[in-house]
Formats: sequence, C-alpha cells, structure tokens
Amino acid sequence: MITKRIIPCLDMTEGKVVKGIQFINFRDAGDPVVLAKKYDEQDADELVFLDITATTENRNILLDVVKRTAQNVSIPFSVGGGIRSVEDMRLVLENGADKVAVNTGAFNNPKLITNCANYFGSQCVILSIDARQVKKNRWNVFINGGKTNTGISAVEWAKKATLLGAGEILLTSIDTDGMKKGFDVELTKLISKNVNVPIIASGGAGKIDDFYEIFEKGSADAALAASLFHFGDLTIKEVKNYLKDKNIPVRLI
Amino acid sequence: MIVIVDYGLGNLGSVKNTLDKLGVISMISKSKGDIEKADALILPGVGSAKQGMENLKTQCLDKVLINEIKKGKPFLGICLGMQLLFSESEEGNVQCLNVINGKVKKFDSGLKVPQIGWNEVKISSFVKASEDKQKLFEGIPSKSSFYFVNSYYCSPDDKSLIIGETEYDVNFCSVLIKDNIVATQFHPEKSGQIGQQFIKNFIKLI
Repeated sequence: MITKRIIPCLDMTEGKVVKGIQFINFRDAGDPVVLAKKYDEQDADELVFLDITATTENRNILLDVVKRTAQNVSIPFSVGGGIRSVEDMRLVLENGADKVAVNTGAFNNPKLITNCANYFGSQCVILSIDARQVKKNRWNVFINGGKTNTGISAVEWAKKATLLGAGEILLTSIDTDGMKKGFDVELTKLISKNVNVPIIASGGAGKIDDFYEIFEKGSADAALAASLFHFGDLTIKEVKNYLKDKNIPVRLI
Repeated sequence: MIVIVDYGLGNLGSVKNTLDKLGVISMISKSKGDIEKADALILPGVGSAKQGMENLKTQCLDKVLINEIKKGKPFLGICLGMQLLFSESEEGNVQCLNVINGKVKKFDSGLKVPQIGWNEVKISSFVKASEDKQKLFEGIPSKSSFYFVNSYYCSPDDKSLIIGETEYDVNFCSVLIKDNIVATQFHPEKSGQIGQQFIKNFIKLI
C-alpha cells in the first residue's frame, strides 16, 4: 500500500533556511545542507526546497545551493522558486532535483505547465498554490510570494493546472502558515476532492495530532512542515510512530 | 566504468550522486564511444515516453543501446528507463526499444495518478531459486518500501521475468530481470538506504 508522506520543507532566502509567519517575519533556521542531511538520516519521505524570494527579487534560483543540498540526500528532492521556463526547470533537474515546483511563473504563463510536463513528464511538475480564504468556502490564489491576490479561485486553478499537466499539488494556506494551529483542513479537502493528483498539505503544523487530522479529515497524500522540525519540536520518527498507531500507513524503517 | 546514459531527460544528477556516495566510478555521457566502452549502463528515467524515444532517436542512441544490451552488457533501467525497454507505451502511443516484449500501460484506477510516494515491493517467491536474482535482493527484505513516481507501469508478456511486484490498485511489475537487464519501476537512487543497497547489489552482479 502506498504510504502517506512526511516532508520537511526548507524555505530559502539568500542561501539560508528561514521560516516566516504568514509569509512575513522570517527567522533564520540554519544551513540547508546541514538540515537536509539531518532529515535524510531521520528517514523523511521527501525533501522540499523553496527559494521563496527568487520571484519577488526577479532572479533565478540559487543553483549552487540546490546542487550542494542534492548531493547530500538519498530521498526525493523537490525544488521551486522563480521557475519561468523549461530551461529553468532543466537546470534545476540537472543540479540534482527530482521534481520541480512552479507557482507564479505558471500562473502568469499556464503553458509553462504543459511544456514542462510534455518534456519531463507530469510526475515531475508540482504546482505550488498559495491560497488565502477570502470569504466562506472561497479561497483565492495568491502569487508573488503571497503578495498579490489574483482573484482566481484556488479550486479552479487546481483543476485547470492538472488538466494542463501538473502531476502533484503543493497546497499552502497563507492563513495557517507559521501559526502552528493546524493545517487548513477545509481547503485541503476541497482541493483534494476536485482533482485526481496527490496533494501535499502545507502550512500550520503545530502539534503531532495535526498530521493525523490532515490525512484523516483533509484527504492529504503528504504533509509538509518546516519550523516544527527545524527547531526540534518534533522528529519525523515521532510523527510517523504516532500516525502508525492511529492506522495511517507510513513508512517506518 | 559505469555510464549513465544522457538523453536529455531524467534525474541524471541524482543517479550520479548515489554512485559517488557508493564509491563507484561513473560518468554521465551521450557519446557512443563511452557507451560502447562502459562496463555497465544505467538508463535513468524522469520524463515522458514519447519525448524519451524522440531524444534517443535524435541522438542515434536507440540502436547503440539495443546493440549493447544484445551483446550482454549489464544494464539497469530505472522508471522511464525501464518502460523504454518495452515494445510499446500507451504514453503517447509510441514504439519503444522492444528488447522486452510487452506493453506499458496507464494506471486505470480510482486511485490518484501519478502514483507518488513510497510503496512496498514484494519479492516473487521463485527468486529463491536463482542465485543472481537472490544477490540482487541481498540485505533487502521482501515488502521493503521504495520510492515510486509513475503514471504508467510495465506489463511484460513473459511473466516469469517479474521478480518484484507492487500494488497500486493493480498488482504491477516493479522489478524484472531478463538476462543482463535489470529494470525497476521505482527509483533506487531516491529510496534512501534500501535503494542504495539495491544499486550496490546491481554493481556486484557486473
């Protein structure tokens, strides 16, 4: 049986791992290579690396950091931030990424998703959506590092992007990000039920039961967390043991 | 020297990183000369079958690979690199290298496609009968988890080639051996310690 994945996330800026609250107030969390090694040894199921200021600073992703991080992991490694072309994606893969996340670049140019999927396969293209609730039962897509409300519904964009070829969705709730009060169950459930690709839920993990809740009630396929793991509140193994006791399929070594 | 075949697709860097970690000398190359001189070949795989075949053909690597396989050179195909060995793929309805008879089919189930994540590989019971096959799974218990990312799966005509199976609504072939060919639907280079063990075992077979 396929297992639910626990994914630590490295949010990067200027070569350092940082962690913010609702996409602002960033705090230094350390060196990406050191953290990546730690998670690899702790049997994380995957590692996500997001260069969170590449788009707003209008620059390309930090390829040397991608490369050094990739050299130190033996688990799947996804990379995102500032991807605007097939060539950007190729460079990231060449430097050791296994999957590439597109966000603002894909929203502004949806053909990017199809072009990347045709070339590298859908399974290689993660659509990253940053969403915020704007009224009851309605979440909008925000781009440019969460700064710009597109006015487009997250559900509509998720449906369209999967038709265009996105193979997985990394869904971050800006409302719950960094708040440590649990994942956005409603948003995750809504997106998961509307598309047929795996959903990685992100934003808000604060305690061990939040992981159970997002799998059981939010229909997530994977759960991503950052500060909780970076600052040592929980280990990946603790989370997996807890889930296993609650009959959620996880990979334990 | 092991050559990781560069056909403009695939996570070549990841495969190279793993071999480096294991202390195995390898190079990424698309040169016919390198491929012919290599002690073993690895055809990695991330990408679409149609684009994969197109790239192999444009670089004239399709015939080179078929020749090397027929000569008996040890060969590891990973994910798309496994699928391209088959006769044809439903992905873009494309004719592949045809060194293994059979078809590559799309997952047609209620589950999410692509399959992304860690899934168990059940080692076929008759593996015990053959020494080579046994060596490939040395230190790897049956039902170990490996990392998969695939929308399509291989269905060989000759079921006796299948040495490992995985369930994703259907039971599909996740590892096979045919003479000098080892092919995996999962990504051993991304499957942590257990995946490294698998690659180490393949290297030992050379």
